[in-house]
Amino acid sequence: MKKTISVLVENQAGVLNRITSLFSRRAFNIDSLAVGVTDDPTLSRITIIVDSGNSVVEQVEKQLNKMVEVIKVRTLDESTYIGRELMILKVAATMKTRADIMTICNICGAKVSDISTTSMTMELADTPDRLNTFQDMMRPFHILEVVRTGVIALQKGGGKI
Amino acid sequence: MKMTGAEILLEALRREGVEHIFGYAGATICPAVDVLRSASDIGYTLVRTEQNAGHMASGYARVTGKAGVCLVTSGPGATNLITGVATAYLDSIPMVAITGQVPSGLLGRDIFQEVDITGSTDAFTKHNYLVKDAADLPRVIKEAFYLATSGRPGPVLIDIPIDIQNQEVEAVFPDEVNMRGYHPSVRGNDKQLDHVAEAIGLARQPVIVAGGGVFLADARDELQLFAEAFGIPVVTTMMGLSLLPSDHPLNMGMIGSHGNLCANKALAKADLLIMIGTRVADRAIIAPEEIHRRMPSIHIDVDPAEIGKNLQPELPLVGNAKVILQQLMERDIQMDCIEWRSQLQEKRIEELHREYPWREESVTPGRLLRALGKKLQRDAAVCVDVGQNQLWSCKNLWLKDTRFLTSGGLGTMGYSLPAAVGVKVAQPERQTVVICGDGSFQMSMNELAAVSSRKLDIKILVIRNGVLGLVNQIQHTAPYHGPFGVALDGSPDFEIIASAYGIPSIVLENDALLDGALERFLETEGPCLLIANVDPACTTND
Ligand SMILES: Cc1ncc(C[n+]2csc(CCOP(=O)(O)OP(=O)(O)O)c2C)c(N)n1
Ligand SMILES: [Mg+2]
Repeated sequence: MKKTISVLVENQAGVLNRITSLFSRRAFNIDSLAVGVTDDPTLSRITIIVDSGNSVVEQVEKQLNKMVEVIKVRTLDESTYIGRELMILKVAATMKTRADIMTICNICGAKVSDISTTSMTMELADTPDRLNTFQDMMRPFHILEVVRTGVIALQKGGGKI
Repeated sequence: MKMTGAEILLEALRREGVEHIFGYAGATICPAVDVLRSASDIGYTLVRTEQNAGHMASGYARVTGKAGVCLVTSGPGATNLITGVATAYLDSIPMVAITGQVPSGLLGRDIFQEVDITGSTDAFTKHNYLVKDAADLPRVIKEAFYLATSGRPGPVLIDIPIDIQNQEVEAVFPDEVNMRGYHPSVRGNDKQLDHVAEAIGLARQPVIVAGGGVFLADARDELQLFAEAFGIPVVTTMMGLSLLPSDHPLNMGMIGSHGNLCANKALAKADLLIMIGTRVADRAIIAPEEIHRRMPSIHIDVDPAEIGKNLQPELPLVGNAKVILQQLMERDIQMDCIEWRSQLQEKRIEELHREYPWREESVTPGRLLRALGKKLQRDAAVCVDVGQNQLWSCKNLWLKDTRFLTSGGLGTMGYSLPAAVGVKVAQPERQTVVICGDGSFQMSMNELAAVSSRKLDIKILVIRNGVLGLVNQIQHTAPYHGPFGVALDGSPDFEIIASAYGIPSIVLENDALLDGALERFLETEGPCLLIANVDPACTTND
């Protein structure tokens, strides 16, 4: 089962390295990891998606908590968080296919950010599921390149971790 | 006041109460070593290879409860130290390791003697620092000592580039540490304590499994009081050996693959497991799922990540073992397990008084160690190596208030002699004995130099079977096809080695000579080597 873990860490060199090496040496499988600074410049927030059973997720949390530079760890409640991922996707596009591609972009809410005689590049920020759908829909047109950021997430409501 | 990084280091070490450093100098640590010259209040032991600086600091830390300190140069000095640091990490030993580093401006360019030692030791330090500004040093050193000794102890490494050691800054020494990401628990949760007390009250066949964490929390007395108050049998892990005297009526011995029958029986038949300061490692608790299926358990540990890692307890209890045991003693618990206890005691007494075979041509290891243990002073420290020698010691060495020190987590050969040097430096009056194999002795016998130069009264028992005994034993068992690469051919004459360092030695050839040899060994003034010839065919059951 996929779980989303939100981690507040000291914004210092080497912290990300410590966290990723922790995951590999403890054999925790992660789907994605996204990091960025918060409104407090001394803090970064890392969002980690783990695909494992409950006991593993609990171990992940505990091991993260042990790290001196980790300030808070919280597994987000599935039903009450906003999780988004950004994707940039480049697809082959000719005069013939351009209109069809546009239709799908409109349906999925993707924005065209670049166009050339042979290609179109779109950006889409949405849930991982919807990004997958968009990607599937683009596949028949021949995808040239894709990049995804990994999910970032926050709990809904006024509370904070 | 303006100070150099090196001066700050010295001042900060003083403020932490450091009295001794185990080290090995080199170019990039020279500024730090240079200020130590004038520090007559801080002792310095020059090791013969950096790994042993780690082990000495470990021995020092384990008997004092203070962080052991080692200091080495960058590159090969730092990489040599790694095994010492990892050994300490696996046994949660408080340690502060200081490494020199190439100039900060040149980091990352693979210049002479540069290695990324903080990156290399992430996996087996509690925390580490690469210092890039001397003004950070007072805080970093304060934090390092606090981290090393609080919560679940462990090694902390501080990497200091040479230019930072020379950098002059205005130094401000903090009185307190303030780390927003580090708040170890001390007291146990009161509600949870109620549940724990209730579970203990309901048990008819409880057993306490005590590990090295009890020593680390300085809770040996509390453990004994707690066990005695309710008459609960105690078994220990290897790291918990010597928490109770061998013949204490509640001590049922050591559990695990190389443990005592009685202890393992207690573990298998209990109806409640009370684990204190133990991480349920595979050598101690071989089948956690099976244990989990059979009986409920209480797990008391200062490190929440240890709880549920290998075994999911019914009742987790996070906090310092000493404090929690005191809290538990305040509760009104009624419990009676006299029948269970006497069953176990019968078995235990049988085991403690087992007869050993008589050997004319060599020494029986079990007999030797039982006899040695009985002749030791009450509070001796015994540093034990790795291999058959260790397992014989675990099973047979008679312990009083002895402190039993071994490398339990990493099983690092060569640990015993340098650890004993650390013990003796910390506590010169304490009787200190090394027990090692002929393989492990050769991994650190260069440290006889420390014994000899400091005239340390350390008694060293080398069990000479001519092989890497434990590996030899494994190779004699399926699926393997027989010994290979385990004969210690070409080993030197240990008597000559000892005398080359000015240390006397005694060779013990057979069981008949045992008592006399042990007496001479222990009565010799100053260091002495006792070489006991053991048949390579002996297994850990002998
Ligand atoms: C540094 C290190 N290398 C290898 C091993 C694997 N090992 C475990 S026991 C052992 C044999 C030890 O031989 P010796 O010191 O002679 O002790 P004995 O078993 O003969 O008592 C070896 C090689 C180890 N534990 N540590
Ligand atoms: Mg041997």
